[in-house]
Amino acid sequence: MKRRGLLGWELSVIVLVFVALFGGALLSPDFLTASNLSFLTANFSEVALMSLTMTLIILVAEIDLSVASILGLCSAVLGALFAAGWPMPLAILAAFGVGGLAGLFNGLLVTRLGLPSLAVTIGTLALYRGLAYVVLGDKAIADFPAFYTNLGFGSIPGTQIPIPMALFAVLAVITAIVLHGTAFGRSLYAIGANEIAARFAGLQVTRVKLSLFVLSGLMSALAGTVYTFRFASARADNASGFELSVIAAVLLGGVSIFGGKGSVVGTVAAVFLIGIINGALTIVDVSNEILTIVTGLLLIFSVLLPNLLARVRSARERRARGRAVS
Amino acid sequence: MKQRTLLLSALALGLSTLALAQTPALKKGLKITLLPKNINNPYNVIETKGGLDAAKEIGASAKVVGPSDAGASSQVSYINTAIAQRQDALILAANDANALIPYLKRAMQSGMKVVTMDSDTTPEGRTLFINQANSEGIGRAQVQLLGKLINYKGDIAVLSATPNATNQNTWIKWMQEELKLPKYKDMKLVKIAYGNDDDQKSFTEMQGLIQAYPNLKGVISPTTVGISAGARYLSTSAQKGKVMLTGLGTPNQMRSFVKDGTVSAFQLWNPGDVGYLATYAAAALASGQITGKQGETFTAGKLGKYTVGKNGEIVLGPPYTFDKANIDKFDF
Repeated sequence: MKRRGLLGWELSVIVLVFVALFGGALLSPDFLTASNLSFLTANFSEVALMSLTMTLIILVAEIDLSVASILGLCSAVLGALFAAGWPMPLAILAAFGVGGLAGLFNGLLVTRLGLPSLAVTIGTLALYRGLAYVVLGDKAIADFPAFYTNLGFGSIPGTQIPIPMALFAVLAVITAIVLHGTAFGRSLYAIGANEIAARFAGLQVTRVKLSLFVLSGLMSALAGTVYTFRFASARADNASGFELSVIAAVLLGGVSIFGGKGSVVGTVAAVFLIGIINGALTIVDVSNEILTIVTGLLLIFSVLLPNLLARVRSARERRARGRAVS
Repeated sequence: MKQRTLLLSALALGLSTLALAQTPALKKGLKITLLPKNINNPYNVIETKGGLDAAKEIGASAKVVGPSDAGASSQVSYINTAIAQRQDALILAANDANALIPYLKRAMQSGMKVVTMDSDTTPEGRTLFINQANSEGIGRAQVQLLGKLINYKGDIAVLSATPNATNQNTWIKWMQEELKLPKYKDMKLVKIAYGNDDDQKSFTEMQGLIQAYPNLKGVISPTTVGISAGARYLSTSAQKGKVMLTGLGTPNQMRSFVKDGTVSAFQLWNPGDVGYLATYAAAALASGQITGKQGETFTAGKLGKYTVGKNGEIVLGPPYTFDKANIDKFDF
């Protein structure tokens, strides 16, 4: 019963994706062109990548608000090390190290000290962004080798598919397999639905959560690397505010903010939905402020709607039960 | 009729450039996107307003779009949108000299003409760059203005930024060149003081200049920090109205000093003209009048004829002089 309702939500989002595509085409004849769709999808690569690990974290009823700051920190580290003469592969590796450590720190505070992840990661949101400025200041590092910037900027040869989106597709499939097809994945649903019960059932709740935060940090490092190459620019302020879009996408995709419910398909569909809505509004010159408002409203809507639906359902059930008794 | 004016203007242009080949007229109905650093910055608003005015004159449809923050990459989606909308030209004040390059290159590959103004990218990212003013023009114009204010007679001083500030030193060098001309023979540069672009230090340096040189008639401060600190000292001193202070400042910071008579006139480029010239340059590119090579010329409406310089740079011209009569037209 519940499961069917969930699939219904995801199906609705997928339908909305097509509605949005259709709407965009109505708004502007330039919308549904291969090159515009290519720009449009490349534009949300980082949000898409980070939304995959965010799905897992919200599934276990935690949250990571520091993802965009870790992205900025990793971008700054990558740029600073490259500017200091490090070979690029080593600089990238170091950025991943920093991302992993940042995630580990979040995870330790949440799991070992039992602090709420909302408070921890809102703190590290500021902390990691601050560290990014310590590393790089107001400088911008550019002049990366063309080989790397082409990876961020280019498309799969012969197609209009941006390379970062191809990377996202691969990682989305892997995440879906892990989440829906392994014991580890199922344990996330169990933890999210009822953490105490999960502990009694012998699940390593602490270890699972810790690993999710580390994974989230690593994914932010990947997104930071993509961002740095896509814009050929390492700056401390890279991608600030992206956490809003990431969380909006995950919740709109039907992942419950209270944990235990959701799927990768839903998140992927919602990432596209938000990206397409933004793209369609951008092409008719709607201003940036309005776009932020739209993202915010989608977020609220996606938390509010399941809530309302649940209330309506329980009210109906109560009435039905009342009628049965009388 | 229309054809005849077209022909006539083509002829006129051809004559004015002395080109034997036909110079095509500006195309009508060009689609131009103006992309400022960020959309709410008052300086940028005046700049893009100048661009829109020029667009109206040439019958182009221009629009201003842009991000609300000046982050490195926030302009990218607007560049991509302009490509998707098949705009004929893009005029932008770049937030980052490098981050936009791959996108601007793609824009140019798609056939769009790219012109930067006010803040350039590396030359590979655009065809033309509209520079507000060159060093020689700025240096000479300030001496010319001060000469007029003090009747070409008396001791003068310079209140600069730091002793090693590159642009200030180049301007001062050109001021000294200008002073060598015969009409300035009664003007003597007695001192170059350095306020280090620090408000307090500039204030005390101004005080020092006035006390040390009783015959001081004028001060040039080619820095916005120096001129406003200097004006603040002067407005309370007995020399107010006797020592002429001029230099480079912004209307908002100088407004009260111009109104109370401390400063009669100061200079800066007119940002509206920057956008105006950029639009004409973009239209000339999109109409095939010019390709961006050094030495090519085109006409920019009320501003007159311009020549493309080295690296596709076009210099707006000498700085604009602000005084009591016109200062209220500017808000930046």
